[in-house]
Amino acid sequence: MLATIIQRAVMQGTPLLFGSTGEILTEKSGHLNLGIPGIMYVGAISGVAGAFLYEQSVASPDLLNPFLAVLIPLLCALVGATFMGLIYCFLTVSLRANQNVTGLALTTFGIGVGNFFGGSLIKLVDSDVPSIALSKTSNFFKTQLPFASNLGWFGEIFLSYGFLVYVAIIVAIISSYILNKTRMGLHLRAVGESPETADAAGINVTKYKYISTCIGSAIAGLGGLYYVMDYANGVWSNNGFGDRGWLSIALVIFSVWRPSLSILGSILFGFLYVIPTYIPDISVSAKKLFEMLPYVVTIIVLIITSMRNKKENQPPQALGLPYFREER
Amino acid sequence: MEKNIALELKNITKTFGSVVANKNISLQVKKGEILSILGENGSGKTTLMNMVSGIYYPDSGQIFADGKEIVIASPKDAFDHKIGMIHQHFKLVDVFSAAENIVLGLEDEKGFDMAAYIERIKEITEQYGFELDPYKKIYEMSVSEKQTVEIIKVLFRGADILILDEPTAVLTPQETLKLFAVLRNMRESGKAIIIITHKLHEVLSLSDYVAVLRKGEYIGTVKTSETNESQLTEMMVGKKISLNIERSPVETCTDRLVVNNINCVNREGIKLLDNVSFTARSGEILGIAGIAGSGQRELLEAIAGLQHLDGGSIIYHNPKTGEEENLRDKTPLEIRQMGVKLAFVPEDRLGMGLVGNMDIVDNMMLRSYKKGKSAFLQRKNPKSLADEIIERLEVVTPSAYTPVRRLSGGNVQKILVGREIASSPTVLMAAYPVRGLDINSSYTIYNLLNEQKQKGVAVIFVGEDLDVLVELCDRIMVIGSGRVTGIVDGRNTTKEEIGILMTKSAEDMMQDEGGHEE
Repeated sequence: MLATIIQRAVMQGTPLLFGSTGEILTEKSGHLNLGIPGIMYVGAISGVAGAFLYEQSVASPDLLNPFLAVLIPLLCALVGATFMGLIYCFLTVSLRANQNVTGLALTTFGIGVGNFFGGSLIKLVDSDVPSIALSKTSNFFKTQLPFASNLGWFGEIFLSYGFLVYVAIIVAIISSYILNKTRMGLHLRAVGESPETADAAGINVTKYKYISTCIGSAIAGLGGLYYVMDYANGVWSNNGFGDRGWLSIALVIFSVWRPSLSILGSILFGFLYVIPTYIPDISVSAKKLFEMLPYVVTIIVLIITSMRNKKENQPPQALGLPYFREER
Repeated sequence: MEKNIALELKNITKTFGSVVANKNISLQVKKGEILSILGENGSGKTTLMNMVSGIYYPDSGQIFADGKEIVIASPKDAFDHKIGMIHQHFKLVDVFSAAENIVLGLEDEKGFDMAAYIERIKEITEQYGFELDPYKKIYEMSVSEKQTVEIIKVLFRGADILILDEPTAVLTPQETLKLFAVLRNMRESGKAIIIITHKLHEVLSLSDYVAVLRKGEYIGTVKTSETNESQLTEMMVGKKISLNIERSPVETCTDRLVVNNINCVNREGIKLLDNVSFTARSGEILGIAGIAGSGQRELLEAIAGLQHLDGGSIIYHNPKTGEEENLRDKTPLEIRQMGVKLAFVPEDRLGMGLVGNMDIVDNMMLRSYKKGKSAFLQRKNPKSLADEIIERLEVVTPSAYTPVRRLSGGNVQKILVGREIASSPTVLMAAYPVRGLDINSSYTIYNLLNEQKQKGVAVIFVGEDLDVLVELCDRIMVIGSGRVTGIVDGRNTTKEEIGILMTKSAEDMMQDEGGHEE
């Protein structure tokens, strides 16, 4: 029972982990990208479209090449999400548009794009239910290690996931290492804390902002892909993604801008998300109350970090501010 | 021996929109030399140096280093040509350690080895006699420590040409002396140093040559040993001005503000004000002297109703009604409603005094918006006030509708002082009103303060230049570490006497603290 709950929590937390790792990298460059929900959504629909087209291109589902079936949706998701990140960068860095407005617009836009293409695909297959199932592709995404099911609770907690779960954790660990231990990370943090300092030190602020925001978006896009292909068993239905994008942004604050903490935070958020399912005889309204818990926890973290007022736990100082060198 | 020219500028021009910041400027500095760039506020000193350090790009003109023409398009280019600039506003990342800030932006092949970097930082600090803990975070540092980090940052990159933008503006006299010693060491080791300043005595004591700018134009370069204060002043301002401040005799003078034993403790439990008592009288300028951060700010904010006090009283004698009122722990609005006409020129002009993004007219209204009767704003009176201030105080601005943020420091200060005086106060408090201002603007401010004094206003003037305090103030109160260490008569005191009061108290406090620890 407990092992199952933990397993569900990890699966539920993985999209959030992708989203928050991406958003942390973005925010470390001084960009408050509120477009993350839209970007994750676009990542998901791009993957779905790629998988759909590939499934359609082969005569029988049994002829799918496992390698291509994973690679095509993966690349599509990365490209789609990165493109969204590029739009955000172009507007906020090159044109210096307001970051909040741009981000919110991208979220609305991304969800619109997702629903439009999702709806179109559903029409194409002429199905009875308002969803599209890519279970073959999903099976490849969900492939586990062959011996995982023989290892009892250990296997269930640690080895029972599709590869994207491990990718999420590895990406978070690598991000954490890059941010804290490398020159690149030092420069990136400097850009987010004080772009004029970074600029005066000879760091290409624009380059760092573009690259980190685009990579961050790509990572967040994988969260959307994981949700559809693994968590939802390859079933796309419009607006099925829920509030996971916003939860990712809440998770950034919860983990005080540290990708390593974000791993634990995502499992906790996932746990809070799934726990009502395991409470017997719970009413619908109580379930909704449970869904609030991640946000409540985030607010508590915000209160605690503000009260302790430790500089290291504050958001990057230049977060949300545009940078223009010759402004005076 | 003939020295080589390290850096030469030829016909540099830079414009911002319609404003010409630099016009055809040419100057040069040799290796093993210190060049001062002297000029009033807004004369284009910092803009010029920002072009050398790659922050701005010149519209036209040439830059030569070691005799070869170079292009500096970014700060990185400047580093590549061994040019390092220490900015007036430190460019440091608060949450990084000293070492992290120093290595920021470095690109070398050896990889990222923090331990090796720290080793090299320690070598540099020992070589020049700096004191610095490479692991200390910037936000825990004092201003002079931050400046040390900036200088080491530049040296770490092997800079041979150092540019310092008003390095002494934020330092205590002792720290200034230390800095000058370090700079002289660097000159000995063959580095070319450019220092931007408007403090004449520093120019004369430190530099080999002085280049003077006025309103974006190059006036000339003179050898320091062949010039003097009045010649430099004349070059700077264009006309000879008297260095004497007029001090009118004190006439009818009554107690206006009686401060009794006020205490103030900060969050960490450190006493910022310790039993401070004094009296400000009408028709008199009371100067407050002290090392920066001795409690001057808290004292003024306490009177203005911005600082919570832990004891004591601030009694205001209303000249109209003759009533006595306690201002302690009142909000600024309550104080105003009590009919106390208090004007406050805070240290932090754009933070507390004016709103940077609003234009001059709207900033005038910050004082008077409560007077309006209808729901709509009346901009007529504020507009005429703004125009009056612009004309009387010679504020350089494109129009009254220019955001204050776009004006230079001196002009911002004139607007703030002008607005505060226009409210015809009975008490005028000014904290460092001439900080960062050139000589002409400074004198305008001194005259305004004197004018208020003659009108019977109790003026409280917090200053840092002891010469000015001695010349301007009728009485000078010296504070050290939140305590009043003496109140002297401005007419028959000396700089030395005040200096002793300032430093003596600091030592006493240190002994006190040592005593507590034992």
